[in-house]
Amino acid sequence: MILALADLSHDFGGQHVLNGFSLDLPKGQHSLLLGPSGSGKTTLINLIAGLLTPKSGTVIVGGELMSALRPAARDDLRRRRIGLIFQTLRLVSALDLRSNLLLAQRLCGEARDEARIVELLDRLNLSHRAKGFPRDLSQGEAQRAAIARALVGKPDLLIADEPTSALDDVNTARVAKLLIETADANGSTLLIATHDARLREFIPTTLQLAPLALAA
Amino acid sequence: MFGLAIAYLRDRALTTALNVLLLAIAVATLVLLLQFSTQVTERFERDAKGIDLVVGAKGSPLQLILSSIYQIDQPTGNIPLDSVDLLRRDPAVARAIPLALGDNFRGFRIVGTEAEYLEIYNAKLAQGRINRAEAEVVMGASVARNTGAKLGQKFLGSHGLGKEEEGHEHEAHPFTTVGILAPTGTVIDRLILTSVESVWEVHGIEHNDEQGKAHDHAAGEAHHDHDEPVVLDERGELKPEVTALLVTYANASGAIRIPGMINRQTGMQSAVPAVETARLLNLFGSAIDGARLFGWLLAITGGLSIFVALLGVARAREGDMALLRVMGAMRATVFGTVLLEGILIASAGVIAGVVLGHTMLALAAALFPTLADLGLQAWVFHPGEALIALAVLAVGVVAALTPAIKVFRVDLARTLARAS
Repeated sequence: MILALADLSHDFGGQHVLNGFSLDLPKGQHSLLLGPSGSGKTTLINLIAGLLTPKSGTVIVGGELMSALRPAARDDLRRRRIGLIFQTLRLVSALDLRSNLLLAQRLCGEARDEARIVELLDRLNLSHRAKGFPRDLSQGEAQRAAIARALVGKPDLLIADEPTSALDDVNTARVAKLLIETADANGSTLLIATHDARLREFIPTTLQLAPLALAA
Repeated sequence: MFGLAIAYLRDRALTTALNVLLLAIAVATLVLLLQFSTQVTERFERDAKGIDLVVGAKGSPLQLILSSIYQIDQPTGNIPLDSVDLLRRDPAVARAIPLALGDNFRGFRIVGTEAEYLEIYNAKLAQGRINRAEAEVVMGASVARNTGAKLGQKFLGSHGLGKEEEGHEHEAHPFTTVGILAPTGTVIDRLILTSVESVWEVHGIEHNDEQGKAHDHAAGEAHHDHDEPVVLDERGELKPEVTALLVTYANASGAIRIPGMINRQTGMQSAVPAVETARLLNLFGSAIDGARLFGWLLAITGGLSIFVALLGVARAREGDMALLRVMGAMRATVFGTVLLEGILIASAGVIAGVVLGHTMLALAAALFPTLADLGLQAWVFHPGEALIALAVLAVGVVAALTPAIKVFRVDLARTLARAS
């Protein structure tokens, strides 16, 4: 298993967001985490990535108990194992696209590999934007750039939060295929948190999250 | 971290440039004041070393000191030649060196004096020999460098003490360069030295040479309209005088007795260089202290400007910082990036300020002859500049600290939730 969540619960100020959620993802399996807004998708991603500490339950990433680690060790585990794609936080604003990817590569502990960056940009149809700054990119380009940034470190677990929400059908298909292909090439597990039902066409394994209305 | 900090600074280039400019002006002001006050003080002390008293015509004692020791003002007048003997006969006087002023060559003063004058400044010959005959001169190192003078070359002195008041040339009395002094870092570097008799000769003043032979000036060379060492005797002829006397005491009793004797019993005045220089530096000091305060206020304003700029970007950059953390950057790295931006701005301000300060000093020396006469060196660095640099860097660090802490404490989950 690359990811194992056991009896995971979390709340914000007494408001339950997750309650006893469990999940096992084998290495290489791709899954959709479907749910409407407020269903706890982002909270779950933050718990998996070690950005939040669960109120109860455990998070195991690549055999390491993320939820029990100290913050610096969590940062390190996330850097080594997890690639994250967010809906709006895509790139570092002051760096051009190529520099963003180089920085991501370095922060992941990877050796500088320009060829991989060129390949990723090419596959995501962003080669012409390598020197472009985030503010110069279109919504679709920025979304694809965020995917390139997350993939550059060859993560074991690739988690995407609404990666296709800003894309048209053509680019949705392109991004979905790219995510799947790259995850397959890396042997990575892909988890996409989304409300975009179009992605079912590409990833049939679906986990459903529903909003919790009960207070703790 | 360094590359990222540079990228952020470049991303808001105008704000960065303005912050750097503000600090650079502050540093330049402080460097300029430090250099000016230090160099002027050192120069005054060096030039007056070994001179206990200056005797000259009545007038402003400060003017007497400035004109006789530092060679930057007009003399107060002339004094009788007898005064040289009067002081030399006094057992409390070790040395009384006459100075006779009146002419210049391309703005450099021609000073009639004696060989002992060189001893005051421990001046050594770099080329040639000391002047022996009339119309022979020894040039200070700066004079030789600036005029390109060579041994054996003849030149004409012009009436007046500086370029700005350059008068007619003494065509009938060319000087010959027989010696060039090695640099001393004192006033003598900027002087052309000759004998007192040579000055008299140029101005048509009859005098006796060492052999007791009378010299007459050439027809039409008498000048009655200027303040070189000239006065008419009872027969209506020009009578030799000197401009001032530089006195060194033989013992402490001289300091007690001689100034009072000169001031009360003769028509001359005496001025103590240490007293007059201290008075002048006090006047300078108050102005410099005020300007220095202004410089530090500018530095603090620069620090505040960095603080405001970084605090603003810290808020705007929460998302970026959260993303960096997600990408694997440690909290310390994110904190360090903001701190480094403050340090880089301050460093750029310091470097630009030091260069600007020295450039302003060079320009000031080029534009204002009096400053050049003081021998201000534009590209000499003072250890105090390192302290200014450290203080301004500290301002940059302090200014960046709060925004850096703010970024350090960014709530990742909340920021990411807002971004989802």
